[in-house]
Amino acid sequence: MNAVTRYLKSLMLAELVAGMGVTIRYMFKPKYTMRYPMEHIPKSNRFRGLHALRRYANGEERCIACKLCEAVCPALAITIDSAPRESDGQRRTTRYEIDLFKCIYCGFCEESCPVDSIVETSIHEYHFENRGENVVDKQKLLAIGDRFEQQIAADRAQDAPYR
Amino acid sequence: MADQLINQVMWPLIYILCIVLPLVIAVAMFVYWERKVIGWMHVRMGPNKVGPGGVLQAFADVVKLLIKEVILPTKANRFLYYLAPLIGLVPALAAWAVIPFDGRMVLSNANAGILYLLAMTSMGVYGIIIAGWASNSRYALLGAMRSAAQVISYELAMGLCLVCVMVLAGSLNLSEIVNAQAGGKGLFDWFWLPLLPVFVIYFVSGVAETNRLPFDMAEGESEIVAGFHVEYSGSAFALFFLAEYANMILVSFLSAIFFLGGWLSPLQGWISADAPGWIAWLGAGGFIWLFIKAFVMSFFFLWFRATFPRYRYDQIMRLGWKVFIPIAIAWVFVAGLLKYYDLVSIGVGA
Repeated sequence: MNAVTRYLKSLMLAELVAGMGVTIRYMFKPKYTMRYPMEHIPKSNRFRGLHALRRYANGEERCIACKLCEAVCPALAITIDSAPRESDGQRRTTRYEIDLFKCIYCGFCEESCPVDSIVETSIHEYHFENRGENVVDKQKLLAIGDRFEQQIAADRAQDAPYR
Repeated sequence: MADQLINQVMWPLIYILCIVLPLVIAVAMFVYWERKVIGWMHVRMGPNKVGPGGVLQAFADVVKLLIKEVILPTKANRFLYYLAPLIGLVPALAAWAVIPFDGRMVLSNANAGILYLLAMTSMGVYGIIIAGWASNSRYALLGAMRSAAQVISYELAMGLCLVCVMVLAGSLNLSEIVNAQAGGKGLFDWFWLPLLPVFVIYFVSGVAETNRLPFDMAEGESEIVAGFHVEYSGSAFALFFLAEYANMILVSFLSAIFFLGGWLSPLQGWISADAPGWIAWLGAGGFIWLFIKAFVMSFFFLWFRATFPRYRYDQIMRLGWKVFIPIAIAWVFVAGLLKYYDLVSIGVGA
């Protein structure tokens, strides 16, 4: 009896019709697709993207060349040289470079920084057009920090209660 | 002489262009529609970048294919390799000669239209076999062999289904088959009702005949890469593509003509001809009804593709030989009895 019902069911294409019912239902469901350049998936304020060097409000750069980030970097992506600044003799970096090909975006540099100078911003859309551009020097890092300071500060402020 | 030339050569040529050019455009739009529908069923959006809503995507693809290089594999047979796409495409276009778009619009009102159609639809597989054989590739040869076996099996079931239609209509002429479905009971006069199992078998065989999913053994990406056209690129591949989609549209039109009353209105007989304005138009037949029916049938091709996984080779053979053909043969007798005892009303054409 069971075999007969199964035979009749397969002859009436019952399961195939049920399957087609599923696909036609899904056809009218709202789509998951994110139209990427026009739409963006919301990003966490803790997102670790492109690096930046920050400044104080008076324009003084924060970095004091303690080289903690260089020491903690597991991928050896950070290179720092330091010397007394000519104008006032303060300890500053003469060279601060991050090789973005080596960087694994772990965020240790940001964690280790005693003055909140090196940070990872939430920028994830960037590219290089020439060989060697993967090594970002101090000027570029400071420029990124200047340009996105508001966003960086807002992200840090939002995370402050949990640290 | 000049008159003769115009009547016998120029007008037929113009008629042929009037069918083939819209058909090629329809294929392009059908490709776009397929990608859209399958996208929607996968909860995606489908192409939406080229042109408004992506409608020009298919044309962009055609341009891309045409400017690509056609590669000839080593030790392939040059003549047959280039001939195969044409052999595949020509029957797919030639079959349209006997399609009646409405009572008068038909290129060739041949009396043995069904035989011509059967001949043309089975010719297409020669293109596939030659393509697989000439391209000197194992995958291509395997795809061609599978395709040949499959088309032979399903051709039989398809032919038997058409025998049922011929028995009921009493004619091999496509226009008369449609006229035989006219009557006063609207869409219940069409052949799909007395021939329901045959209708299903015919359409599924049509899907198998055009090598579409779930019967695309000839391509079978996961097993034999792309099957018979694995070595083809550029415009030669575009011709295979065109032939496959033209065949899909053809099968949709044929199911509409054989089983869904062709150009007849589904409301025929329920609305009197002297009803006001557009209501009377609803009851009257016209090519627009044929196009609507064919569109619905072609949607099933896409629906199947989005729903079903590919059959295994032996399962395809089992379905064709042990299920479809026996049922079709049984229904030939049923159709004969229906006709003999006059249980099906046959319209004016018979």
